[in-house]
Amino acid sequence: MFYREAGQFKTTYQADQAVFPILQDRIGLAIILVSAFVLIPLAATDFFLTVIMIPFLILALASMGLNILTGYTGLLSLGTGGFMGVGAFACYKLTTIYPGVNIVIWILVSGFFSTALGILFGLPSLRIKGFYLTVATLASQFFLDWSFIRVQWLTNYNTSGAIEVPTRTLFSMPVTGPNATPQFRYLVILSIVTLLTWFASNLVHGRIGRMWMAVRDMDLAAELIGIPLYRTKLLAFAISSYYCGVAGALMVFFWYGSAEPGVFNIDQSFTILFMVIIGGLGSLTGSFFGAALIYGLPIVLKNVLHGVGINIVPATVEHITFMSVGALIVLVLIIEPLGLARLWQITKQKLRVWPFPY
Amino acid sequence: MDLLYKILIDPFVQMGAAPDLLVQTLWEGLVSGVLYSLIALGFVLIFKASGVFNFAQGIMVVFAALTLVGLHEIGVPAFIALGLTIVVMFGLAYLVERLMLRPLVNQPDIILFMATFGLTYFLIGFGELVFGGNPKKMITSQLYLPSGAYDIKMFGGFVSLQKIDIAAAVIVSLMVISLALFFQKTRIGRALRAVADSHKAALSVGISLEQIWVVVWFAAGIVALVTGIMWGARSEVSFSLQIIALKALPVLILGGFTSIPGAIIGGLIIGIGEKIGEFYWGPLLGSGIESWLAYVIALIFLLFRPQGLFGEKIIERI
Amino acid sequence: MRMKATILASAVIAATALTGNAPPAAAQESIYVPLFTYRTGPFSGSGIYIAEGMHDYLEMLNQRDGGIGGVKIAIEECETGYDTKKGLECYEAVKDKKPVVINPWSTGITLPLIPRASVDKVPVLSMAYGLSASAIGDTFPWIFNPPATYWDGASMILSYIGAKEGGLDKLKGKTLGFIYLDAGFGKEPIPLFEQMAKDYGFTLKLYPVPATEMQNQSSQWLNVRRDKPDFMMMYGWGALQPTAVKEAAKINYPMDKFISIWWASEDDAGAAGDASKGFKSLNWHATGASFPAIADIKKYVTDKNLTQTDKSHLGRVLYNRGVYNSMLIAEGIRNAQKLTGKKVINGEDMRRGLETLNVDEARLKEIGLGGFTGPVKLSCADHNGHFATFMQEWDGTKWAKIPGDIKPMADKVNPLLTAAAKDYTDKNGNWPKRTEACDKAS
Repeated sequence: MFYREAGQFKTTYQADQAVFPILQDRIGLAIILVSAFVLIPLAATDFFLTVIMIPFLILALASMGLNILTGYTGLLSLGTGGFMGVGAFACYKLTTIYPGVNIVIWILVSGFFSTALGILFGLPSLRIKGFYLTVATLASQFFLDWSFIRVQWLTNYNTSGAIEVPTRTLFSMPVTGPNATPQFRYLVILSIVTLLTWFASNLVHGRIGRMWMAVRDMDLAAELIGIPLYRTKLLAFAISSYYCGVAGALMVFFWYGSAEPGVFNIDQSFTILFMVIIGGLGSLTGSFFGAALIYGLPIVLKNVLHGVGINIVPATVEHITFMSVGALIVLVLIIEPLGLARLWQITKQKLRVWPFPY
Repeated sequence: MDLLYKILIDPFVQMGAAPDLLVQTLWEGLVSGVLYSLIALGFVLIFKASGVFNFAQGIMVVFAALTLVGLHEIGVPAFIALGLTIVVMFGLAYLVERLMLRPLVNQPDIILFMATFGLTYFLIGFGELVFGGNPKKMITSQLYLPSGAYDIKMFGGFVSLQKIDIAAAVIVSLMVISLALFFQKTRIGRALRAVADSHKAALSVGISLEQIWVVVWFAAGIVALVTGIMWGARSEVSFSLQIIALKALPVLILGGFTSIPGAIIGGLIIGIGEKIGEFYWGPLLGSGIESWLAYVIALIFLLFRPQGLFGEKIIERI
Repeated sequence: MRMKATILASAVIAATALTGNAPPAAAQESIYVPLFTYRTGPFSGSGIYIAEGMHDYLEMLNQRDGGIGGVKIAIEECETGYDTKKGLECYEAVKDKKPVVINPWSTGITLPLIPRASVDKVPVLSMAYGLSASAIGDTFPWIFNPPATYWDGASMILSYIGAKEGGLDKLKGKTLGFIYLDAGFGKEPIPLFEQMAKDYGFTLKLYPVPATEMQNQSSQWLNVRRDKPDFMMMYGWGALQPTAVKEAAKINYPMDKFISIWWASEDDAGAAGDASKGFKSLNWHATGASFPAIADIKKYVTDKNLTQTDKSHLGRVLYNRGVYNSMLIAEGIRNAQKLTGKKVINGEDMRRGLETLNVDEARLKEIGLGGFTGPVKLSCADHNGHFATFMQEWDGTKWAKIPGDIKPMADKVNPLLTAAAKDYTDKNGNWPKRTEACDKAS
């Protein structure tokens, strides 16, 4: 009824293979983009932008990166935090050494440093599989974590061992630092995330994406049909780390404004992994859903509990938030183990056949 | 050249120069190894029987220790508190099976793994809500655990053996032996092994999966309690204790996810390896390398044996 | 299927609740003081005491005096869990409610707030933590970190050791060990220690403890046993401290030569039971509840159950630390009211109030904290004061003050501070010059 593709005919193969073959999807996407680029910056409060939207977009980008590795290629990694850190520290070094170059360029370039390390730590992936590989990626996480603290060159010998983001401009408006408006920061992040999402979407729908999925479903069989296993896996590590690196750089430069190495610890890796699994393994949309749920839920819960007006102390609210998040994770998994992305698909299907379900 | 000397020769010179410190380092490594393997044991028990990689083992350690100390704080005598804690851990195992595992039966491993994350969050919130966030002191003397140390003179120096560490080693050995007996000799133990081999085959001969799961989670709960008491005695009972549980992961990959002897030997290798590494080679890198050394040791072993030292050989068929 | 619908519905409800997330407006006639606290998370063991102390002192002023200068203080706690992410969330949440001061209570949260403070016109009070260089008021007009920086602390520990050995030059040939949390906070004093090691000819041994290994320190202490340092110094936090005390007892390290920076609590010191007697820690305020102000807290707040504080916590060292923190806030507000003649002040007034803060002995007596701590006087150039502290010793049940003030070595610390401040402004490119006028001390 709401969502019917009757009457939409495809006359070329190209049209049939489009990422969004249904008209309503394209309209929906246009609405989302218009509201994200125009409505939200115009209407939203600073609190909504800085506390909800900016972190949401950045975390969604990181979980998209991990989803490429874990969801599409089936390599479970717990090194995300470390790779995000590599991006952030690389960007800091680049922009302090060459302050003249635009910060957005450096953010996009810093991802390549993560890529390099991602490939390096991805090397054991041919031999080690499953949970064993997961724990092997932990080695990279802890090693990088330690390096961020120990290699003082990375922080330009800062006495606090932290990176402090200098003010940088874009179109002669401050885009990082305290004077950058939330609206401008949001728009820059949104543009980068949109661009990278578009790229990832093309990637996973194309030949490379199919190679990844073949490896995920059964790597031996994939090898037999002529997919070069090692290259495919390393490519997944490379691209995944690139996304994580960019997300890490964005996180420090556009959200935190300064970061201690502790920010990129193992908890960060776990959080991103939650987002991927809850959102839906092997779904880019799912990454956005997952980021929204895992990051947004505690904030929503806290504000709901506040809003109800019960006079509970903040610490108790925090405890209840923890319990509810835990319970909800289990609940979502019980209801739909394939994640929110799958729930979304089911909803779409229902809308399609409504009001006459069969 | 100087660097090569520092890496290849100097540490051994130091070992020779102060043999008492070498013995002490080995002993410390042994003790931490035993405690690591204790945490790993909890993981292995659950992984073997249900294929769940139980991330919540770390918080179960904290939760069990907190329950014990918390009960004692409100005036319950130590040994009754211990008994009650065991009851609580049984309740936890039952609820986990009923509310979490049963609805998720037959799901992919990663989903069950994720569910244990949910459990972790829940237990953190619940534990803090009930017991508060204050660190607590472990009731060692009330449980008749020894304190103090034996200082043994040797090689012109001394080696100090903490009584609590000796107790830990003894208790862990007893636990491993009794678990092994339990697995080998009892009816439930045989059922457990059957389930570990194949869920479907076990079901078809009439073994109740639900019952088995409760039993393994309960056993993991008791292992968690013992771990909590021992680590708690070494520092304090607080929520930061759960970070220690991550140390069990390299032990697991080294020993193999499914092997109890693997967990023990893996723990010892990691424990001794990281203490020796940190003590003799750490200063070269500015110390503090313990946080990742264990993983690197495990990774090196893995490159030669991708299924861990004692893991079942991974056979892939198409 | 119904279950899924319920989930979706609750998600929608949650989302709508979120968009309507307007913070409850602070009442008209009040001064809004948000307190960032961490009663949860891995460091809650220390955070709970601090949160209680901060909250109770302000609440006591509300109950006893009806606030400050006749204006109620609107106290709101925001839970950070010692997590930078949540801390920033708290900051954004309180920013629009016109807070007069922010207490981040975590170095990780303080750092991102430093550049924002001058833009948002909210002073940041990072009491003896945060960025040491922010002591320089000409560069950081919005940041206050009294009564001493971590570098002051390090120099005071060294001068105490020096005094014990009979002069700093006696340190020649001695070995000093430093065990610390391997993070920004713990590493901060190292440049000073290294400088001093060069000046006085002692050997410095470093024992970093990674955050994940806080409860697993046997290798660090094995190193201590090998190096046999004459003194041990500690910059720790959370579970690091009790574990270190226990391990020190285990290797029979002489406790009276083990000295911590000012964050060691009673729980930490007493971790090894009788064996921890003699353990030392810096401090700048008294412990114990025998002060009129704390008696008033008991009378007006805890006895009336207006707080969640456990009564036994009153007078603990970290509880009193929280009280001290709130005393600074309260005196800052009072001073700002006096300066501006306004009753309800804003962040800019508070900045002036803190900058000319002058709490002398008489004033301390007046507010019921006579003998609690030394006088505090800040100036435009000096936002820290570099006040003297004293050493306290664990006697097995409580902290006992060792008489004698220890002064920081200004000649060693100040060059470092100036260099660090300059370094900070250099790295931040166009760091704004101070434009705020300087008030005459009242």
